Amino acid sequence: MITQWFFTHVDRRGGIAIALLVAIAFLVPLSNLLLPETSPLHIPTYLVSLIGKYLTYALLAVALDLVWGFCGILSLGHGAFFALGGYAMGMYLMRQIGPRGVYADPVLPDFMVFLNWKELPWFWHGFDNFWFAALMVVLVPGALAFGFGWLAFRSRVTGVYLSIITQALTYALLLAFFRNDMGFGGNNGLTDFKDILGFNIQAGTTRSMLFAATALFLALAVFVSSFIIRSKLGKVLVGVRDAESRMRFLGYRVDRYKLFVWTISAMMAGIAGALYVPQVGIINPSEFEPANSIEAVIWVAVGGRGTIIGPIIGAVLVNFGKTYFTAAFPEIWLFALGALFIIVTLFLPKGILGLYGSWRTKLADRAARKKDSAPPPVAAENVHLPEPQAAE
Amino acid sequence: MKAQDTLLYLDGVSVSFDGFRAINNLSLVLQAGEMRAIIGPNGAGKTTMMDIITGKTKPDAGDVYFNGEVDLTRHDEAEIALLGIGRKFQKPTVFESHTVEDNLVLALSGPRSAFSALFHKQSANEAERIEDILYTIRLNGKRDWLAANLSHGQKQWLEIGMLLAQDPKLLLVDEPVAGMTDAETAETAKLLREIAKTRSVLVVEHDMHFVRELDVKVTCLHEGSVLAEGSLDFVSNDQRVIEVYLGR
Repeated sequence: MITQWFFTHVDRRGGIAIALLVAIAFLVPLSNLLLPETSPLHIPTYLVSLIGKYLTYALLAVALDLVWGFCGILSLGHGAFFALGGYAMGMYLMRQIGPRGVYADPVLPDFMVFLNWKELPWFWHGFDNFWFAALMVVLVPGALAFGFGWLAFRSRVTGVYLSIITQALTYALLLAFFRNDMGFGGNNGLTDFKDILGFNIQAGTTRSMLFAATALFLALAVFVSSFIIRSKLGKVLVGVRDAESRMRFLGYRVDRYKLFVWTISAMMAGIAGALYVPQVGIINPSEFEPANSIEAVIWVAVGGRGTIIGPIIGAVLVNFGKTYFTAAFPEIWLFALGALFIIVTLFLPKGILGLYGSWRTKLADRAARKKDSAPPPVAAENVHLPEPQAAE
Repeated sequence: MKAQDTLLYLDGVSVSFDGFRAINNLSLVLQAGEMRAIIGPNGAGKTTMMDIITGKTKPDAGDVYFNGEVDLTRHDEAEIALLGIGRKFQKPTVFESHTVEDNLVLALSGPRSAFSALFHKQSANEAERIEDILYTIRLNGKRDWLAANLSHGQKQWLEIGMLLAQDPKLLLVDEPVAGMTDAETAETAKLLREIAKTRSVLVVEHDMHFVRELDVKVTCLHEGSVLAEGSLDFVSNDQRVIEVYLGR
């Protein structure tokens, strides 16, 4: 019953991705905590956190692909929603420090004492409760996205103009969060975290649990994305991507559909940021850098936009490459990233998954020709790639 | 003539873009159940007229009424579509990365809100209607094809099928046979005559053979207003029509 319900909303590939994510959510912590350090299967804690970080990026990429790959809204500012979710989590973690800060103030975080503030700003209230912070992790990015999207989509701002204002949005937030009087720690941001939900944030067990939570949230995001894309609403979104005015003449309020998926996507990005912050131990305004948002676009493009799991593959591969190259050849990383984007745009317009799809099609074609039967009437690509293709 | 007895009523409509008068004091009346062909040279304002009726363009002056009472200038595209006006574009516009069937599913009349779409389940009635339309537009063997893989003529038919699925009272059809083979053109004329039995149709077309096959009242537009109106023979014998349109 439940499995049947599950498989009406998720395709085979999404199902495999969800199963794998759930599996690593259990296996990686087990390997880290239970296996002796000498075991070849032992995953050291630093690596757990590193992969955990990659998975939060993957979650951001899934969120971005939902609007870009399936609805054609190229956001160059999704890092803003990620960072806002991160700040909401960071504020909770700051309040947990309590009197253990350098200035030992029981309520005020260190940077406020340093700035001679006498009391907590109003917007810091409530963040000592985890549930409140968790709510803000989705509500703040969601509300910003809703307001922004309501204005932009109603005025029919599309294409490159929309991309530019999303970029401006994240840049404006970057400048705002740099200011000390904003009350978010200015340039230095929020750091020196001690506990999360009462557990030491540095401890191996906590790190493993954060990793497991990230993998599970990513699995949930894959499910939610699949659910949306395979519903009629998903078909409307793809229709908007490919022929927006046609959709309007069919009687669909295109702006509301965009607003829905845009807000959901921003909430997902917020969750990604909230999982990112405790694993890297800091959030500062540089997370709002426009370059971060553009990098996220590259992950999606590399993995395959308009596919559900392509963004995950792209985010993990590109960030693995980044970790490797910035350590081994720090001076060439940016060139490598730029070259990667050019190569993908020129030669792999559908990303790695698209390459895999056309390879499968070729094989199937060859097999069909060998059998000397007529080519299948159905678009062969559609058989292997049930997700709609991105518009060229 | 009064607006209330008509399906579509345009009176004294004008619109200009950057000083160019695309539509100039245009008046046109369509009765319920009527099929009308609109002809006229390029730039006569045929497409702009459709833009005004479907809410894409707001007129600078004049009245546009649907069903005798609804002021179309106060509604946007989505609302007008829901009132029962369907539109086929000049260039076939179907959702290429969807299958033929999904194209019809999207067009099928029914609730249009995001939440109803998220939890939508196809009913037996809907499946039956899609089956009927697939048969009508002669694409029942290609329901699982991606629309991108259809021929040009088949895409035109699919778009007409999408209009039928919308179940409109009035169909606006912009150059349905452009780029079609002769056989496809004849089929399309047959299809449109069939459709016109149950609803009103406004066809913009250049192909005079096709217009003759439709065998309906013809309106010739020129420089944004009506030049002549009547049977095809009447209009094509009009001296001014020959001068601005047919003669060339």
